[in-house]
Amino acid sequence: MYNVSDSHIFDFSRVTGPIHDWLTGFLPGWAATTVECVAIGVGLLLLYALLALFYIYFERKVCAAFQCRLGPNRVGPFGLLQSFADMFKILIKELICLNHIDKFLFALAPYLVIIASMLCFAVLPWGDGLQIIDFNIGIFFLIACSSIGVLGILLAGWSSNNKFTLIGALRSGAQMVSYELSIGLSVVTMVCLAGSMSVTDIVLAQGNGWFIFKGHIAAVIAFIIYMIAGTAETNRGPFDLPEAESELTAGYHTEYSGIHFGFFYLAEYLNLFIVSGVATLLFFGGWMPLHIPGWEGFNTVMDYIPTPIWFIGKAILLSYIIIWFKWTFPRLRIDQLLSLEWKYLLPISLFNLALMVCFITLGWHF
Amino acid sequence: MANIQEKIAKLFPAATFENDNSGILQITVADEQWHELAKNLRDDPDTAMDYLVTIVGMDWVEKLGCIYYLMSTRHNTMCSVKVAVTDRDKPYIHSVADLWRIAEIYEREVYDFYGIVFINNPDMRRLFLNIDWVGYPLRKDYDEDPAINPVSIENERQTDLTSVYKEEGGKVVKTEREIFHKDDFVVNIGPQHPATHGVLRFRTAVDGETIKKIDVYMGYIHRGVEKLCESLQYPQTLHFLDRLDYFSGQIYHHGLCLLYEKALNIEVSRRAQVIRVMMDELSRIASHCLFIGTYCMDLGATTMLFYTLRVREQILDIFEKTCGARMTFNYACIGGVMQDLAPDFADDVRALLEVLPKNIKEYNKIFTGNVIAKNRMEGVGVLTREDAISYAVTGPSGRASGWACDIRKLQPYSIYDELEFDEIVREEGDSMARFKVRMAEMEQSARILAQLVDNIPDGEYCVKVPKVVKLPKGQWFQLVEGCRGAFGVYVESDGSTKPFRLKIAPPCLPLAAVVDHITQGSKIADLITIGGSLDYIVPDMDR
Amino acid sequence: MEVTTKSMPYEAWKDNEYIEQLVKELQESGTNVIVGSFDKLINWGRSNSLWPLTFATSCCGIEFVSLGAARFDMARFGWEVARASPRQADFMMVAGTIVNRMVPVFRRLYDQLAEPKYVIACGSCAISGGPFRKSYHVAKGIEDIVPVDVFVPGCPPRPEAMIYGIMQLSRKIKVEKFFGGVNRQESQKEFLAKHPIPADGE
Repeated sequence: MYNVSDSHIFDFSRVTGPIHDWLTGFLPGWAATTVECVAIGVGLLLLYALLALFYIYFERKVCAAFQCRLGPNRVGPFGLLQSFADMFKILIKELICLNHIDKFLFALAPYLVIIASMLCFAVLPWGDGLQIIDFNIGIFFLIACSSIGVLGILLAGWSSNNKFTLIGALRSGAQMVSYELSIGLSVVTMVCLAGSMSVTDIVLAQGNGWFIFKGHIAAVIAFIIYMIAGTAETNRGPFDLPEAESELTAGYHTEYSGIHFGFFYLAEYLNLFIVSGVATLLFFGGWMPLHIPGWEGFNTVMDYIPTPIWFIGKAILLSYIIIWFKWTFPRLRIDQLLSLEWKYLLPISLFNLALMVCFITLGWHF
Repeated sequence: MANIQEKIAKLFPAATFENDNSGILQITVADEQWHELAKNLRDDPDTAMDYLVTIVGMDWVEKLGCIYYLMSTRHNTMCSVKVAVTDRDKPYIHSVADLWRIAEIYEREVYDFYGIVFINNPDMRRLFLNIDWVGYPLRKDYDEDPAINPVSIENERQTDLTSVYKEEGGKVVKTEREIFHKDDFVVNIGPQHPATHGVLRFRTAVDGETIKKIDVYMGYIHRGVEKLCESLQYPQTLHFLDRLDYFSGQIYHHGLCLLYEKALNIEVSRRAQVIRVMMDELSRIASHCLFIGTYCMDLGATTMLFYTLRVREQILDIFEKTCGARMTFNYACIGGVMQDLAPDFADDVRALLEVLPKNIKEYNKIFTGNVIAKNRMEGVGVLTREDAISYAVTGPSGRASGWACDIRKLQPYSIYDELEFDEIVREEGDSMARFKVRMAEMEQSARILAQLVDNIPDGEYCVKVPKVVKLPKGQWFQLVEGCRGAFGVYVESDGSTKPFRLKIAPPCLPLAAVVDHITQGSKIADLITIGGSLDYIVPDMDR
Repeated sequence: MEVTTKSMPYEAWKDNEYIEQLVKELQESGTNVIVGSFDKLINWGRSNSLWPLTFATSCCGIEFVSLGAARFDMARFGWEVARASPRQADFMMVAGTIVNRMVPVFRRLYDQLAEPKYVIACGSCAISGGPFRKSYHVAKGIEDIVPVDVFVPGCPPRPEAMIYGIMQLSRKIKVEKFFGGVNRQESQKEFLAKHPIPADGE
């Protein structure tokens, strides 16, 4: 395991620690924890909103570049404020009250979706010492949380009392439940290599080489499967069947307006970030800077780049690949989608898991 | 044709024969013998009239009736049959929907416009107008008072029942039939839906994701062009054709102009003919470009649209320089074309021909070879040759099913017989074939352009035409090859300055009619694939 | 107050009198400073984020597609988020003829749009019936069916004209009032009172 304290990586607990000490200095323990929770919650919400808005802008610019266009460039410098304007508008847009629907579930669904993605934020390795909760089963918690999202989508489709949303939701349910298997298996493959489910341990284990290099063949296969399944999990093209515009108007969120729709819209981009964040964690070392064994000077320079930049930068790079998929490939059909998962991805990931276990027992990894 | 005439005269002594002004044999027969004659025309190997081009509903004031235009795919001959009835209140004609599948929807159209009821047609509903519509708009005595059929924001009344008229003991009996089964799960797709390419509406019975039956509703953009034409002078009728299939505007114009010129005996200068053909082929490329783009977008590959529109914009620029508009050109006119070519027309076309092959290569690289695209299109929506003919699916869609139906080759008009180009025919009949046919047709159109661009002859672009255009008494029929199939136009003149009847036979109506047939058993997503690959234009079918 | 948008001088706009009239009405009713600045923020958001409903019936719709393409690129203004569901769209570009049979569908779509909603009548067919005005089955302009904010003439209008039309709409939104008396919504309510929604709708 890589020894962080010896390196030049800035440990953010050096900042958070004194704050904690200062708070407990004049507040009772429970009050200090409450204040910290509130502060972190507010910070998280802010980060969440900012990241989502950035992602919306990012995707619009990237897609414009693929399509030989300019993309948003009128609102603010380089159109940077475009997604802010969109959010302002969505916030105050009318929430349409529908008749003949299950009002409680209808209102609940967008919150479920957004809470699911928000919970995942808690365990992402933002930087050295910047993790919000450091579970010993962090990666397991992450998979569990991300599965709540599908519930929200199913509820949204069901409670809208609309045939299009229902078809969209059922498609989504089938798709997400199936692809979660592949995600789970490729995560398990990597957990095997790391020997731990704790997010911090997984990151630290990659100190002298990211897993994609350490696990070579098996890790690359797991990475490819993870990226395919992750794209499907976020309902993005070529797996955007649940909201296939040309087939089902807007899929499961057809009937949602105003901020409820805004939640789905934000969650879509946040899930994109989470999927690429987890890929970063499992294959590209989380916040761990790029280390090449033997190149001490290079490693030291890399260490000086703050860890959150490493993490977010890697995640955005991986998101770029997923966005690239969306704007290049046509959409799959539902039966092709399911047969891809059950007939190809699942057997391959099972085989890959066995392969990884062989590698580990035989010591063929680096 | 003479021996056919003898043969039919022997079988149906009551039938009368004449040649209409376009030189097409017209058989007039009474309703009682019509179905038998139709069967004979279709099944007799000497006639083999297996393609029903169109049914022209007619109101001759004292009589109501239909003119059936038939074509033989084997002999490449045409004939027409005139059937008329005198009873205006209860006009009955026997249906031929059992012989030609497309007749079902053509007869519904005639019923909608003229109130002629077709006995034994399995689905005798209105096609374009609401079920509550009062009167039959194309009848000469139709009352156009808006108070009778007001614009209403009340939802239209809808029924799941359709009527069938059957002959029982010399009397016509009306029975009702359900369109869907009681326990069908019916999803309404359209008229406002991103994938229907306009305001077409499908009521789709589904079993899970599998389609059981589709009921097509049209008329959400029915603008009554045929009726409008009857109140306009001949040159004025032309401009509507830009707004039917707005991609084939040039070609439709060309077609109607050919008809008028034939009727008026006007010889068009060589220069005008070359210009017209070049414009036709340019718009064909532009149209196919947009098809490829929107089709890929329907399948989820949005980016393709932007690449194909790049070429389309270049063509629109060429049009704009000469015609002054991007879409509704109103360029071809009786006697030639409206204005002379822009000075740098030829250079622009050459520049286009240079970039086009590169672009087509790029499209193939991005999309055609893609595994997902192949899986989505291959074997989806297979239309056999027999069905294509029976459903009158012409154009690229028909040629993808192995039916060589290019009017430019079958009945060469203008200067097409001098030009070298291949008719693209594929045998598969699936969505992929329809896609590939259009890809290849772009190359053929480019080939035609390359032959013409360097030899545009000098001369006048428009010959002198009388100020007031009056067609002699008679009837004419003209077919041209639109971007989406055979476009037919029928004009009957009573000698005045306005057409007595102008019937447009659009290629897109059969394309929409065939959707139900080829989607059965496929998935909802395939409906999008199939609908996209047929590439219908809704204002064209609705008129 | 000069209402203009980025990189377009005030004098270049054609109908400044109309907007000035709107601004005058606004100033007459008087606005609180805090409320006024809130209004400004909201109007900034609304006017810069106009999501169209994908709604096209005929030729103009194809020009609308061209508007989205690389050459005219409406994404520059942030209009490219075309929503297929009316609940999430902000304005409706009525591109094409509206015929009798389409009227109920069209009106229903308008009713399904979430507030604030705007309508642009695009092309002569939507404005007056255009070349088909005399037809038995064409609505003579959509003005009688829904309240219209901007008219864009042409048959079909060029994409540049469409851009100008949507920019005019965005200019109109900039002088709207969210808090206090809402000038635009008043006229909308009046209109809807005159054209009630049928009982079985929605």
